[in-house]
Amino acid sequence: MTDLVPIAVALPIVASVVALLAGLVRSRSGWYVALVGSVAQVALTAELARRVVADGAIRYVVGNFSVPYGIELVIDGLSATMIVLVAVTALGVLAYARRAGPRSNPFYGAYLLLVGGLTGMSITGDLFNLYVFLEITGLATYVLVGSEEGGRSAVAALRYLLVGTVGASLFLLGIGYAYVATGTLNMADLAAVIGEDVGYTATLIRASFAFVVVGLFVKVAVFPLHTWQPEAYASAPDSVSALISALVSTVSAYALIRVIYTVFTVDFLEANPLAADLLAAAAAVSVVAGSVLAVAQSEVKRMLAYSSVAQFGLVVAAASLANETAMIGAFVHLVGHAMMKGSLFLAAGVVATATGARTVDEYDGLGERLPVGAGALAVLALAMVGVPPTLGFVGKWYIALGAVETGSWALLAVIVSSTLLTLAYFARLIERIFFREYAAPAGETGVAPDDADVPGDADVVADGNGLPADGNGVSTDDGDAPLREDVSFGMYAVVVVAALLAVTLGAAVFEYAQFVQPTVTRLLS
Amino acid sequence: MIDAFAPRYLYLVTFLLLGIGTYMMIGNRNLVKKVIGMNLFQTGIFLFFIAAAYVEGASPAVLTREAPHVSPLPHVLILTAIVVGVSLTAVALGLIVRIYADYGTLDADVLWEVRHDD
Repeated sequence: MTDLVPIAVALPIVASVVALLAGLVRSRSGWYVALVGSVAQVALTAELARRVVADGAIRYVVGNFSVPYGIELVIDGLSATMIVLVAVTALGVLAYARRAGPRSNPFYGAYLLLVGGLTGMSITGDLFNLYVFLEITGLATYVLVGSEEGGRSAVAALRYLLVGTVGASLFLLGIGYAYVATGTLNMADLAAVIGEDVGYTATLIRASFAFVVVGLFVKVAVFPLHTWQPEAYASAPDSVSALISALVSTVSAYALIRVIYTVFTVDFLEANPLAADLLAAAAAVSVVAGSVLAVAQSEVKRMLAYSSVAQFGLVVAAASLANETAMIGAFVHLVGHAMMKGSLFLAAGVVATATGARTVDEYDGLGERLPVGAGALAVLALAMVGVPPTLGFVGKWYIALGAVETGSWALLAVIVSSTLLTLAYFARLIERIFFREYAAPAGETGVAPDDADVPGDADVVADGNGLPADGNGVSTDDGDAPLREDVSFGMYAVVVVAALLAVTLGAAVFEYAQFVQPTVTRLLS
Repeated sequence: MIDAFAPRYLYLVTFLLLGIGTYMMIGNRNLVKKVIGMNLFQTGIFLFFIAAAYVEGASPAVLTREAPHVSPLPHVLILTAIVVGVSLTAVALGLIVRIYADYGTLDADVLWEVRHDD
């Protein structure tokens, strides 16, 4: 029965190998393998989540070892949230990638490997195992970022690889310190040994905490360790930007919370108030710096990327409060951010595919040219700002409430100002979409409002139907294959459904809060 | 002071390696050397684990050898970490090949200029 737990990790990894092998038989078959794998993964994780709801946390020890020695897999309310989120997002992005590509089999191999790595990170109960899954996730992400044609994504991926590896290595060094101090790697066992035998103020434990937190900060992309992130998100293919912005930092933030509260526990933060203060300070700086940098961007995908720096600052701030309400808020915001930011990247991808617009300036008058895409993008942006009753609002509300409960007024001010700053960069976009006229480049006959076609292949441009060669088809003629990429129904469907969910799911948060309440209480006790 | 460090010199070497690795990643303009720096950085951490596993006068962690053995668990962990490191290096070199094919240079500064002329 409980054998389902390891299968949740094994299934995507096996599917990833199948996707690679299927490429030998028939090229471009990867998408179908990924579809089958993702649907199975959604079913599997949903079943596991159902069992967690019904019977409480599931613990499973791999390979019949006894507990502190073998690798333990644990699914409680929070990890169940993460694995379902990973599976559903992966499936949603697949619907988008059907038309938008990339289409190669190795791409879908890496795609499924990423799903496996993230699922493993979510459910492992062993610190070293967490490192291994962190690196599997990292490797898959580097490959995915580099999967766009051209050198830009390769440079971004290499930079991400170097910075990400240093982060993961620091994390490993932190694990080493904890292991030297305690002689164990099981998270629950570590917490017990640190509390009873080693003590929270031991130098090794403090150093271990510092290394682990800094290492994970790199992966979460907290300012100023975010340097890899904007270029990686901006240069990756749209489907990849959406997938990794929605999942990779999210699960890393989950891992950060898991390590701080399951391994080091609340008592560590109480014994070392400086550690808690530094966490809060780093988070506050990240919120402000990320937002300010986002306002300054001209490329839409870079703006969305910097926005993530700010939003994850908010999550870390909530985590540093060690308060139940704020912690629930952190998870609501993690899930909400994943959904909204992922779909924002997809919406930006729809806009770029349909009109070629990739910078904020090019969004002028988009509301008339592409009503559905622009509308969904605007709704998602407002949800991200936190307009009630959206998911973004509820998450921030819980976090702010937690800040009030603990009397952290400085942090409350940061949370409120972050909403205003988020409004600052999204309002800029929305104003251009709906309240400016589209200034057609000279000589162009104009693009009809619902014409989703791009002057994609060279023929259209060459046979002179009024489109200048350097006018509008900028984004499409840099690939090798002159593919005519119009926006498919699936691409629209994902974005619109996500926009609707962002608005309506806010109402479901109360039930979700009740579901995770016991887990959060145990985490913070 | 020296007495305190002499038996623990391996830890000093660890942090020396971490320092050299970090410096190479930041200071070197050549992308391949940056990757070598990354490898050196990881090697420092491998050494840390292996040094922590060492027991004075113990034999290698093989069952046929006499007890006491050195701690086997860190060895196993590092074996995994080495595999991870090799895969990372492979991906990094693959990306470097693509960068070279596209821009014709491995110099980070030149790359910066070329990209900003686009």
